[in-house]
Amino acid sequence: MSSEPDRSISTMPDGLWTQPTPSVPVDLGDDPVRRQVVPASMRYDYTPGLATTRFLRGLAEKRFLGERCPQTGDVYIPPRGVSPVSGLRTTEQVEVGPKATITSFCVVHIGFGVNAPPTPFVSALFLPDGAAVSLYGTMGEVPHDQVRIGMRVEPVWVDDDQLTTSMENIRYWRPIDEPDVPAEQLKGHM
Amino acid sequence: MRDVAIVSVAQGEHRRAAGELNEVEMVEPILREALDGVGVTIADIDFTCSGSSDYLAGQAFSFVMTLDAVGAWPPIVESHVEMDGAWALYEAWLKIQTGAADTAFVYSYSKASPGDLPRVMSRMLDPYYVGPLWPDSIAYAGLQARAMLDAGITSERRMAEVAYRNRESARSNPNAQVVGSPSVDELLAAPMLSDPLRLHDCPPISDGGVAVVLAAGDRARDLVERPAWIRGIDHRIDSHQIGARDLTSAPSVALAAQHAGVDGAFDVAEVHAPFTHQEQLVLDGLGLADGVDVNPSGGALAANPMMAAGLIRLGEVANRIMDGSAGRGVAHATAGHLLQQNLVCVLEGGE
Amino acid sequence: MAADDDGPDTAGGASGGGDGDLLRAPLVIEYPFNRTTGPVVGAFVTALRNRTVLGIRAADGRVVCPPVEYDPQTGAPLHELVEVSDTGTITSWSWVDRIREGQPVQSPHALALIRLDGADTAMLHVVDAPGPEAVSTGARVRIRWADEPTGAITDIACFELDGGAS
Repeated sequence: MSSEPDRSISTMPDGLWTQPTPSVPVDLGDDPVRRQVVPASMRYDYTPGLATTRFLRGLAEKRFLGERCPQTGDVYIPPRGVSPVSGLRTTEQVEVGPKATITSFCVVHIGFGVNAPPTPFVSALFLPDGAAVSLYGTMGEVPHDQVRIGMRVEPVWVDDDQLTTSMENIRYWRPIDEPDVPAEQLKGHM
Repeated sequence: MRDVAIVSVAQGEHRRAAGELNEVEMVEPILREALDGVGVTIADIDFTCSGSSDYLAGQAFSFVMTLDAVGAWPPIVESHVEMDGAWALYEAWLKIQTGAADTAFVYSYSKASPGDLPRVMSRMLDPYYVGPLWPDSIAYAGLQARAMLDAGITSERRMAEVAYRNRESARSNPNAQVVGSPSVDELLAAPMLSDPLRLHDCPPISDGGVAVVLAAGDRARDLVERPAWIRGIDHRIDSHQIGARDLTSAPSVALAAQHAGVDGAFDVAEVHAPFTHQEQLVLDGLGLADGVDVNPSGGALAANPMMAAGLIRLGEVANRIMDGSAGRGVAHATAGHLLQQNLVCVLEGGE
Repeated sequence: MAADDDGPDTAGGASGGGDGDLLRAPLVIEYPFNRTTGPVVGAFVTALRNRTVLGIRAADGRVVCPPVEYDPQTGAPLHELVEVSDTGTITSWSWVDRIREGQPVQSPHALALIRLDGADTAMLHVVDAPGPEAVSTGARVRIRWADEPTGAITDIACFELDGGAS
């Protein structure tokens, strides 16, 4: 049954993490238990808080609602209610995007999770116009070897009757016909 | 040893569910109040340490997100413990002892309301022998209460008296969640929740947090008139195998108390005993003389934010020293189930 | 570690204020732990699969059950597993009315510490009993084995009261 190779603790260097091998008074048979699969499942009734609720409600209207740091003026998205730089509570909502600029990207050849697109695909960070930080998403409608930092993009939304209060409203991002943003202008946002 | 003091304490109003807030929004005003209380900003703090547990809210790396409320930019010197904040304070105290910091900011919190806390708590138990049985934390605590009842060292009435006294004391605690109590006879007339525990024997489920500022020597004297000096602090642990423990005593409390220098007279004691029967075990372990004001805040029976209720005990004693109503106090924090791990801290006013 | 939502303070929860309705979503987190047992736990659960219970002899001669790798008092490595009985005595217990997912008996039952005959320490498990009045410290119990053992503590389906109390 459990014939898969097993790195038992006793293969660790002598004196480090060794475990005593006990004498056993009964016959344990040919297939002693070496591993246990012990799933732990927990259910939560999750609430995202005030600021993130505002953001998610905005997504249902295809709008990106960030919140402004009262000290630096930077707009953070998705907002969590405080400025991560100053620690001060954010009070002013600011609509940013939907046009954005790629600040970094990765060509993914190994898919993880049920929601991952077919490989290879491009995951990227998208800096909405007016925001200080980027949103995560995937690129579409462009060969993966043509994606580049500074590329101008826009979100492709799900159909209106599919809109919910979820990031899944964004199917992917796609290039738009605007000149690239020079990398030096993205400094501090990468 | 360097003289280190608690110079500022803040805690929110604890409540059953801070549903409309995320953890960052929940802790932000508490952190702000603790810093503002002594007129410092995070730039004046040499070391920050927090205590929380991702399991409680079901939020992975939640402590990284709550750092947003600190304003951790430019990058700060920071650490975290998956423990009650009293242990975060211990780490900060050690950091100051090394000379690497003169000031420290310590906070802890939990938002346990999204999950089924008594079930979530089973995940800290032995994953081979106990975890697969999913014992809830109330029934688990009931094993200890039963052992004490069987041994004749407590009674259902005495447990109800603990509940009554703590929750009546909570009337003067503006942060408390469960305030006031029916009479002891009325409490005893209530049905069992998890025999031998009635509802009044159990702590409330609380969302909330606490924040504390520590400072060394003259820095502390500059910040407040009466710093609450940490004269001794120690923590000890008993076996997690409760079947191999004598559940009718808490040796790790006694050892921690001994090493923290608990002797002589105290004006106030704040002990972290989430279940009524546990208060007696802690007090016996501390070995306090008569006449000590025990849990004037109402203790964990009045508000029990996981990961924070222990540090709150230190804060409650410190507040009484800083406001001059107490000269010397002892605070106790516990972690794990059935008083498994215990921290004891002696706090004093004066020079 | 707390009373649940039937507690004395059930206030709180959503207070939308001027910010509209609070969003909520169910969130299920699953940890698919795959743990190595090591030689001691491995022998114990393998024996359970064969409907046998093992303890381990501690430095002072006492038998610790369930067995541990190191002496609970001294930390010395332990070497001698010994067979203990499938009957034992309740040393403490509490009553579980509200049943939660994953618990071995899905009806009201006792959570109990049980010292098996031949062991000197108690193991945690559950006792299938009709009500709290039927359970007492000192009561004799016997293992009810799971129909389909897998090599886990839950191969003990539960304990059942063994005739009259002591």
